[in-house]
Amino acid sequence: MIHIHDLSKTYNGVTVLKIDELHIPKGESFGLVGNNGAGKTTLFSALLDLIQPTTGYIQNGEAKVNESEAWKSHTASFIDESFIIGYLTAEEYFYFIGELRGQNKADVDKLLAGFEDFFNDEILGKRKYLRDLSKGNMKKVGIVATLIGNPEVVILDEPFANLDPTTQIRLKGIIKKLAAETGITVLVSSHDLMHVTEVCERIVVLEKGSVVNDIKTSEATLKELEAYFSKEKPLVE
Amino acid sequence: MIKHFINLEWKSFFRSAAFQTNLVLKIFMALGALYFIGIFTLAGVGAYFGLEKAGLEPLETVNRFMIYYVILDLVIKYMLQKMPVVNIKPLLLLPFKKAKIVDFALGKTMLSFFNIVHAFFFIPFSVVLIGQGYDPVHVITWHLGMLAMIYINNFINVFLNDAMPLVIGLASIIIGMGALQYYGIFDVTPYTGAYFQGLFEQLWMFAIPVVLALGLYKVAHAYFLKRLYLDQGLSAKAKVATTENLDWLDRFGKTALFLKNDIKLIKRNKRSKTTVIMSVVFLFYGLLFFTGGIESYDNPFMKIFAGIFVTGGFLFSFGQFVPSWDSSYYPLMMTQNISYEEYLKSKWMLVVIAAGISTILGLGYLYFGWEAYAAVFVGGIYNMGVNGHVVLWGGAYIKTPIDLTSNKKAFGDSSSFNVKTLLITMPKLLLPIALYAIGHFTLGPVFGYALIALAGVAGFAFRDFMFKKIIGIYKTEKYKTIAAYKQKN
Repeated sequence: MIHIHDLSKTYNGVTVLKIDELHIPKGESFGLVGNNGAGKTTLFSALLDLIQPTTGYIQNGEAKVNESEAWKSHTASFIDESFIIGYLTAEEYFYFIGELRGQNKADVDKLLAGFEDFFNDEILGKRKYLRDLSKGNMKKVGIVATLIGNPEVVILDEPFANLDPTTQIRLKGIIKKLAAETGITVLVSSHDLMHVTEVCERIVVLEKGSVVNDIKTSEATLKELEAYFSKEKPLVE
Repeated sequence: MIKHFINLEWKSFFRSAAFQTNLVLKIFMALGALYFIGIFTLAGVGAYFGLEKAGLEPLETVNRFMIYYVILDLVIKYMLQKMPVVNIKPLLLLPFKKAKIVDFALGKTMLSFFNIVHAFFFIPFSVVLIGQGYDPVHVITWHLGMLAMIYINNFINVFLNDAMPLVIGLASIIIGMGALQYYGIFDVTPYTGAYFQGLFEQLWMFAIPVVLALGLYKVAHAYFLKRLYLDQGLSAKAKVATTENLDWLDRFGKTALFLKNDIKLIKRNKRSKTTVIMSVVFLFYGLLFFTGGIESYDNPFMKIFAGIFVTGGFLFSFGQFVPSWDSSYYPLMMTQNISYEEYLKSKWMLVVIAAGISTILGLGYLYFGWEAYAAVFVGGIYNMGVNGHVVLWGGAYIKTPIDLTSNKKAFGDSSSFNVKTLLITMPKLLLPIALYAIGHFTLGPVFGYALIALAGVAGFAFRDFMFKKIIGIYKTEKYKTIAAYKQKN
């Protein structure tokens, strides 16, 4: 589904991302971990054509993301609050995204009905603009909005951060179901090793912009990752 | 401690994306500031001799009309003066005394251009007064009194941030008083003039405004000190959301989606609402030109200028900042399945419709003769046909993020309409004036009007071509724009 080739990003002579080759097949749940500054968000931004790669390209579906815009119709993403339109209510926001993705109100309502638990009665019918919601609730809105319109690729940057424990558990359920049942390719980044190992079939570890580990998730993965990151600890060289 | 504050301000100013990308704009702003300083200085020196020549007692006359000056100052301050945004939240946890933080924020308002500029009127005027044999001590106390009046306005303005009705009220009072005086029904100036004259005649009287200004400072200080909490003065007020049915817009096809969103954007955010009010104010701007009230404005070229302004208020104040209105969620727009054409067409339709409405409302100018309305009418056509595209084009280069959700209190960044907007507008005015001049000097005024209208119609004809060009620019600027919008404030 997604093919990264010879990708690099350099800011003022400092290379922050360098991936020679990475292939993410359709329907895979893909986890990205790494310390701050490892290049996770940079990679996702490049995937979404929000930043221009210095070299190489990313292919999403048939198209190279920086040349064609065909990928936009099957890709949904939530990176941060800049994916939220603050002056809309949650419903208006969902309908707006729905219309962009060719879904009418009824389609959107049907989808939203399935997330009643996830919203925990704090989102819908609240007569509140999104800008007045807490960060956690904004995130819930943003995450659910990515599922509107049957996307083939869903990209979530740090989806677990800022969420309360109950919602984290529910979100894990949602992501697992997505990949397993609908064949959606899910890309998730996180600092929470436990969550990622639980929901992702494959985990890629980034360090200083490069892939240092590419693991098929198994029983041993969590231990392996923990060992890796604790060894990493003395970062001061 | 103040050193730290100034250091922070300095850095935030020089390191902002807006500063680095818009150096040309800064130069324009500096030129504009110099222009105003020049005007004020000339007025300060000229007022005395001009009034004397007209056979009036200069100081007394100035004092008589001072009330208008003072109220106008307040209205202008509200409209144009941005309240300084000190990044207060992070300061709260640092070992700064809260009183110091408030002092600094208020102190910053005092150094604003909108206060300083008055010095360029009052100082030369006072110097001339002393030079002409007025008692220096009395002149100085009068001067101090006036200074205090300006600062009273400054502190009132600090409170006014959320009080649009009050400001509209003040503006109506000044217009009403002016009208009453003009038609000789009631003249308020002898009463207020007595006060301002008193500031000169009675040595002690200057203490009134000075004490009042100091008092207001104290009140403002106490007011903000008490509200220096995240959930009070520093929080945004959450309004109950209203939803509205805009389905009737669906007839515009896919553009309707964005049109609906843009209407919500305008209705639900203070900054965008102010632009609508500004465009109404612009409608009346033409009065300055067509009534012949100001001599230097009373020529056909300035009337074209007026025509463009009267019909283009919304176009300039809103269109100018496309796509910055969407800056807070620009990454969303860039990753969704959106065609630039539909997105831009929605904004274009908004400004064109607004220009059209202004052109119709401008019918009132028929009162001043068909030529006045002809100027407004061709101005409207030109705005719709040409400037509608030009503003969208220019917007691609203005990468100043607009914080719609910003704190709307005094410490927030409040007024949407600023000097910058005015200045970038200039080039869009010069071309139609040039066109008119060509017509005016060859076949006469009517040909001049026709040329402008023709240019407007041609603009419509080339719409698709223009859109293609603009879209190209938006695409090449995309990454830079996203990066600049990331930088809040």
